[in-house]
Amino acid sequence: MLSKLLLTACCFSCLTQAAEVNVAVAANFSGPMQKIAAAFAEDTGHLALLSFGATGNFYSQIRNGAPFEMLLAADETTPARLEREGLGLRGTRFTYAIGKLALWSKDPALVDSGGEILSTGNFDRLALANPKLAPYGAAAVETLAQLGLLERLQPKFVQGENIAQAYQFIATGNASLGFVSLSQIFVDGRVAEGSAWIVPANLHAPIQQDAVILTNGANNAAAAALATYLRGEKAHSIICSYGYDC
Amino acid sequence: MANSSETIQAILLTLELASLTTLLLLILATPLAWWLAHTASRWRAPISAIVALPLVLPPTVLGFYLLIALGPNGPLGQLTQAMGIGVLSFTFAGLLIGSVIYSLPFAVQPLQHAFENVGTRPMEVAATLRARPLDAFLTVALPMARPGFISAGILTFAHTIGEFGVVLMIGGNIPGKTRVISTEIYGHVEAMEYTQAHWLAGGMLLFSFLVLIGMSLLNRRNSRILL
Repeated sequence: MLSKLLLTACCFSCLTQAAEVNVAVAANFSGPMQKIAAAFAEDTGHLALLSFGATGNFYSQIRNGAPFEMLLAADETTPARLEREGLGLRGTRFTYAIGKLALWSKDPALVDSGGEILSTGNFDRLALANPKLAPYGAAAVETLAQLGLLERLQPKFVQGENIAQAYQFIATGNASLGFVSLSQIFVDGRVAEGSAWIVPANLHAPIQQDAVILTNGANNAAAAALATYLRGEKAHSIICSYGYDC
Repeated sequence: MANSSETIQAILLTLELASLTTLLLLILATPLAWWLAHTASRWRAPISAIVALPLVLPPTVLGFYLLIALGPNGPLGQLTQAMGIGVLSFTFAGLLIGSVIYSLPFAVQPLQHAFENVGTRPMEVAATLRARPLDAFLTVALPMARPGFISAGILTFAHTIGEFGVVLMIGGNIPGKTRVISTEIYGHVEAMEYTQAHWLAGGMLLFSFLVLIGMSLLNRRNSRILL
């Protein structure tokens, strides 16, 4: 059995010249990316080594020589900036996902399907990601401004450093509700726990998440293969199942 | 610059947090350090280990547990709600609790060493002169342990100024309430505002350096008694 496995593994690498690619991935995309990486390894033999974190942090690290070969950012500005600064490969940028914003509470009865709870103000704290750092935070602030509720609700803000922390504040009950990415609470095509309002896309600018191959990955076949794979059928259906816009 | 007032606010808040933490810890740590210095109880080792835990644990572990404990379903959260204070996460009081725990060993350990160095002899002598225990403690042991108090105070203050992980986990980045220098620096770096980050980070570096120089000068002066 073992020898058979080894043989298969060997053949695989002989045929496809399996390579490794170091990928920096925005925290909100960690769930789908792990699944995509597994499918990618199975289908191509290439290995994607994933690091999850905040896009702004990755930017600083890449500028200071971090060995990443590809970046899957939470926004569109960071990849564009990297390309402009010569750290991203020209012409390799593409949108891999469009995020959806959700107002979420662990309490199954708190958030109504129209988001009316926001205008009643019957809650103590409203969690969101820092709008200065995180696109989902900026979209949340934009939504509140559109609804004319920003000034009234600002005193209730508690900000997470990124969207994962905003989720954590709500999940631990420290904030009764807040804005998260739909991908964080979406399992098998529905909101898995609590209550949520999926914010209509016309209330904020689209949360376009772009990827770029970095100069480190210029000669890495696995980086190019992953960029293609992310735009393929299989990746697309995984991304959809996590509640990104399709 | 638009956010320079926010920066000043963060600096003032950090100083307030560090001062209050130091004051509270010197009060709380003194009896604890005295007990640790003199007891023969079998609880000494485990209590000592608990006091030293924040030295070893990543601040994120402390912050994570604090977030759960202070939350509405956590034991501390239940207690504060029952007392009518509400939930303390994302408040200045919550940060203060976090800082006291986080800096505990930096207050207790220098005091304990100082009390151990003073030893039992001066207290015994005071007792033979009919000083009551509390009296002897206040007029004999405390003054003799003064260098320990100075070093505990400086270390606690400086360590609280540098606190980051706990604040990040339970703070919620609220201007004037929970946004301190270290989280402000992190925010600047993430927002790619390197100029502001440099100013604050450079200031922290200089401050820490001066504190350590001050400590080592003090240490030399009191080398017999200090840490």
